[in-house]
Amino acid sequence: MRKHGWLGVYAVAYLVFLYAPVLLLPLFAFNDGTIIAFPLKGFSTRWFEELWQTAAVHRAVENSLYVGLATAVISTTLGIFAARAGARYAFPGKRGILGFIMLPLVLPEIIIATSLLVVLVQLGFGLSLGLVVLGHVLLCLPFSISILNASFQGFDRNLEEASQDLGESALMTFWRVTLPLVTPGIIASLLISFTISLDEFIIAFFLTGTEPTLPVYIWSQLRFTAKLPSMMALGFLLLLFSLVLLVTAEYFRRRSRARASGGDPSGGMM
Amino acid sequence: MSTSEPARNSGLARLPEADRLAILGRLRDLVARPSARGYVMVAPPFAYALLLLAAPLAMIVAFSFWTQDYLTIDRTFTLANYRAAWTDPLYRLLMLRSLAISGVVTLGTILLAFPIAYYVSFRVPQERKALWIFLITIPFWTSYLLRVFLWKVILGYQGVLNTGLIELGIIEEPLRFILYNANAVVITLIHAWAPFAILPIFVALERIDRSLLEAAEDLGDGPIERFRRITLPLALPGVLAAALIVFIPTIGDYVTPQLVGGKDGLMIANMIQVQFGKANNWPLGAALAISAMTMVASISLVLVWLSRRVGPRQAG
Repeated sequence: MRKHGWLGVYAVAYLVFLYAPVLLLPLFAFNDGTIIAFPLKGFSTRWFEELWQTAAVHRAVENSLYVGLATAVISTTLGIFAARAGARYAFPGKRGILGFIMLPLVLPEIIIATSLLVVLVQLGFGLSLGLVVLGHVLLCLPFSISILNASFQGFDRNLEEASQDLGESALMTFWRVTLPLVTPGIIASLLISFTISLDEFIIAFFLTGTEPTLPVYIWSQLRFTAKLPSMMALGFLLLLFSLVLLVTAEYFRRRSRARASGGDPSGGMM
Repeated sequence: MSTSEPARNSGLARLPEADRLAILGRLRDLVARPSARGYVMVAPPFAYALLLLAAPLAMIVAFSFWTQDYLTIDRTFTLANYRAAWTDPLYRLLMLRSLAISGVVTLGTILLAFPIAYYVSFRVPQERKALWIFLITIPFWTSYLLRVFLWKVILGYQGVLNTGLIELGIIEEPLRFILYNANAVVITLIHAWAPFAILPIFVALERIDRSLLEAAEDLGDGPIERFRRITLPLALPGVLAAALIVFIPTIGDYVTPQLVGGKDGLMIANMIQVQFGKANNWPLGAALAISAMTMVASISLVLVWLSRRVGPRQAG
């Protein structure tokens, strides 16, 4: 029992360590002082008002929304193909091909960013948000695939076969049977890719032109002491937003798992 | 066959009818084969990765052998960039420091993460495990930049930690060794990579068959012996995965050294960025990036190789 106690104490201490920076965020976001230091000066929402009145923040939010949405859609679409191939078919070189697509998971982001920069500029593209999307898709694809794999792997193939036996074409079967079954996984993948894109800095830093995404904008403001409190407010809002997205994603991911395991894969015709 | 058909122009159309049907039949069989369908399915994401990952990586390798004069690229093969990357004392210092920081961060992250993964896997009741894992990952969905910046607020001269410790009477003078140096980078990165180490170790621990532990106990192993002989070896794949997931990307971290590293905590990624930015020497930046990549990749391969050798012996 004593060992349990020590481990429990450690676990709580570790959680404090994990949450330390995050807990400071709301403290300084609502602090009525111009410097980021203790003691706190009192409650104020003026930093949120300042954010609201800064046009550059609105632009950055729009840019990030655009990049995040485009990334989420493309990454999830490509992820569906890869997860489907991985779960449904056996073919020579499968592990190598899928492994290569998952590679960005372990590559330092600066390598992805610089290599994309080199190739896209050589091809004559000007730096733009579109290029950021291309890079973000590369980064998000492994996450989309892992989430979608779980949806595709478990589900009852007999449902698809039944649909085809009843005369539906392969495409219609996918549309009417497969897709609805994996929808929770798709939603989870969209939300996670969006969240990753929203927070990604390095690739955006290298590839964005004159239009900054939110992290690139925050980076440019961190140099100015006067801007810091409103950046804390922005960070706090971003945290809340990400949390809502993640809780939603988690909800759908669980539903997708529940659905996947609902149909007994070994039952039926076997 | 009417002359207006577009197929008329293709080679296929010139063949006799029977041959044409045979070929088309073969093609159809080929496409209908499950393996072929697998290729068709995987083609779009694979093509994307080839175009936007493989081609750029090949390009940056090519770049590292070229030279740049302001805006023009000289495509004659040269090893000068690598010579500079490996012999220039500044680059060498940054490279070794990056490796050292990544190594310490990997070790620290895993040592701190293992007990928490163990706690959640073995001590937390089944129905509350998911909640714990969720609790552990929440802080990491704050803006990465601001998280690093907030460490600066915590570790600073008049930061939260120093004022707190002075208030408590533990120290009299603010600690200076915790900001704008490699220590600050290590602390911040250990924090930043925590969930990436906890999750794989947790998954590995969850997979351990609990009856093995009972068997060890029945055979007279104490808790420590049992941990050393059963839990640790079986958790090793998770630990190795955690090590690679933390070690490889950490070497390329740009934000943390830039914000909390000061002059003595800068890492190779900061120099790579300078070469691609202000210094405008892309080939040298490419050579630095490739060198860093090659080094982590080789160290990782050695790690994997070692674990393969150690793994079976301990498990057996």
